[in-house]
Amino acid sequence: MAQRKMLLEYADNPEARSLEGWKRLGGYAQVESILKTRTPDSIMEEVKSSGLRGRGGAGFPCGLKWSFLDRKSDKPRYLVCNGDESEPGTFKDRHIMERLPHQLIEGMIVSSFAIGSKHSYIYVRGEYMYILRILEKAIDEAYAAGYLGKNIFGSGWDFDLSVHPGAGAYICGEETALLEGLEGRRGNPRIKPPFPAVSGLYGCPTIVNNVETIAAVPYIIAMGGDAYAGIGVKPSTGTKLISASGHIRKPGVYEIELGKVSCEEFLHSEDYCGGPSNGRPFKAVIAGGSSVPVLPLDLFVKTAAGVPRMMSYESLAEGGFVSGTSLGSGGLFVMDDSTCMVRNLWNLARFYRHESCGQCSPCREGTAWMEKLLERLEAGEGKLTDIDLLVEISKKIEGNTICPLGDAAAWPVASHIRHFRHEFEHHVRFPEKIRDPKHNVAAPIPRPS
Amino acid sequence: MPDTPAFSPAALGELGRIVSHYPEGKQKSALIPVLHLAQAELGGWLSVPVMDYVASLLSITPIEVYEVASFYTMFNKEPVGRFKIETCRTGPCALNGAEDIIGHLEATLGIRDGGTTPDGMFTLQSTECLGACGQGPVIMVGETYHELMTAAKVDALLEELRRQAATMPSAASTATAAATTAATAGVK
Repeated sequence: MAQRKMLLEYADNPEARSLEGWKRLGGYAQVESILKTRTPDSIMEEVKSSGLRGRGGAGFPCGLKWSFLDRKSDKPRYLVCNGDESEPGTFKDRHIMERLPHQLIEGMIVSSFAIGSKHSYIYVRGEYMYILRILEKAIDEAYAAGYLGKNIFGSGWDFDLSVHPGAGAYICGEETALLEGLEGRRGNPRIKPPFPAVSGLYGCPTIVNNVETIAAVPYIIAMGGDAYAGIGVKPSTGTKLISASGHIRKPGVYEIELGKVSCEEFLHSEDYCGGPSNGRPFKAVIAGGSSVPVLPLDLFVKTAAGVPRMMSYESLAEGGFVSGTSLGSGGLFVMDDSTCMVRNLWNLARFYRHESCGQCSPCREGTAWMEKLLERLEAGEGKLTDIDLLVEISKKIEGNTICPLGDAAAWPVASHIRHFRHEFEHHVRFPEKIRDPKHNVAAPIPRPS
Repeated sequence: MPDTPAFSPAALGELGRIVSHYPEGKQKSALIPVLHLAQAELGGWLSVPVMDYVASLLSITPIEVYEVASFYTMFNKEPVGRFKIETCRTGPCALNGAEDIIGHLEATLGIRDGGTTPDGMFTLQSTECLGACGQGPVIMVGETYHELMTAAKVDALLEELRRQAATMPSAASTATAAATTAATAGVK
């Protein structure tokens, strides 16, 4: 099935980048009517019935998250949009913010109205500074048009929107670390509970949602939650952006109807990845950002039971972490047979060591040990016992940290070794064959039959 | 750099605009954006005097600034060249040749990753995922992404940056001055 473009309908249309152009495409008319005819509660209900799940990676139901908001509190409420996109393989939020800034502003207006936030923030990773400028320009346009500020659209409701830059910290994609960054502190995740819905920004009830999640909200209200829930295959409702990269002919951001595209089709169809870029066979896929378990090609396209896998939360998770994976953020990257899985894992382990905030010992120490062991293995100086030691360290990190970065660092290690142990053993047994850093390019390591 | 750092009137205006985004009494929230501003405005890195100045601007203690500046990797705790060339080395970029690009930069500029050329023009820094995985290898210079990089495109980029420096010498001299004070500042 070809792309189902909802969020990305105007992504390639330069008109979408200015307020006037966006209005010519029909922008802001819906928002005005929503503010004048709908109640916050009815918007919440639509989002709940839509089945929309958080698009940042965890896939938590958005309506449920909103329902946790402490409504008895007399403190101000906040909506914070998480545009700290930093999970390797993920570049979809950038696509929305850069090309469709007014679509995101619309989502912020409608979602903030539903939640009761009078001042909301978009937290954009510091490296995306040029995107922050795009958003600031779009926000200025919206203020000038009376769509932000006092009495927006003449609805009697006041609403301010600001952008806030990060400064190079993957951890700030974790919602409480993000709030720390927004309060001008180090990005150390907070202990939960209390969850942000009760005590978030400045100790006030706060909802943190991903860019793609918020951008979907106006569409849900426009078509109705039940209609949105009719898209996709329940409980994977709606569309999802997949950012595809690696050894594929057509890297890019694609919008799929969840559950309607098979993994095989996604890899090979001209509508999506378009097959291998170098004419070499695919070997492995990381389906949802670098933290989700890697799968060998055969387990990515079919479950262990032989059922063709579909691009949905449930199908990709089939088999648990033994033979399945997770849709995660939709950051999909594909490796052909020239890829050394030890080197790939070393690369990812270095990332997680670099990005650990250092607050919890298992993560701070464990990520460093894993990187060192992998560096040693990749240099041909490892021992067979290092392989099990890596798995053991990953198990000691998993579940033992304040935030999920520890899990995110552990899962790639466990899954690379689970599915590609022969490559790790090869590195120990035949160190002379892996001296060249490009060892796999000329002679891929054979998988035992 | 002058002994007492001070924002230009334009930067002070920008400071006011940033601080206005946050509620009364929550001006500490402006710290990250103001540190970006200070780094851009005051020599390309955050010396102790610059951080103390930021603390005074936001009415917070210096340690509150130091601990934040040292946490976030985009803040330079020592002088850098006029152009900081940051090459993504993670995951998909690595699959598509980031190591070769970093190697080419090192060989062309005659410095190692993390180093600065003796003329103070370029600092090389490999960095973690820049969120441009579909267009890797990617290099970030300032606020600009350079995508789908090859050795030839790296050479063209360096040439272009040198040309920029030649037409705007004042900023270059600021960076060079910052680089020469590196040894004496002793800030890390």
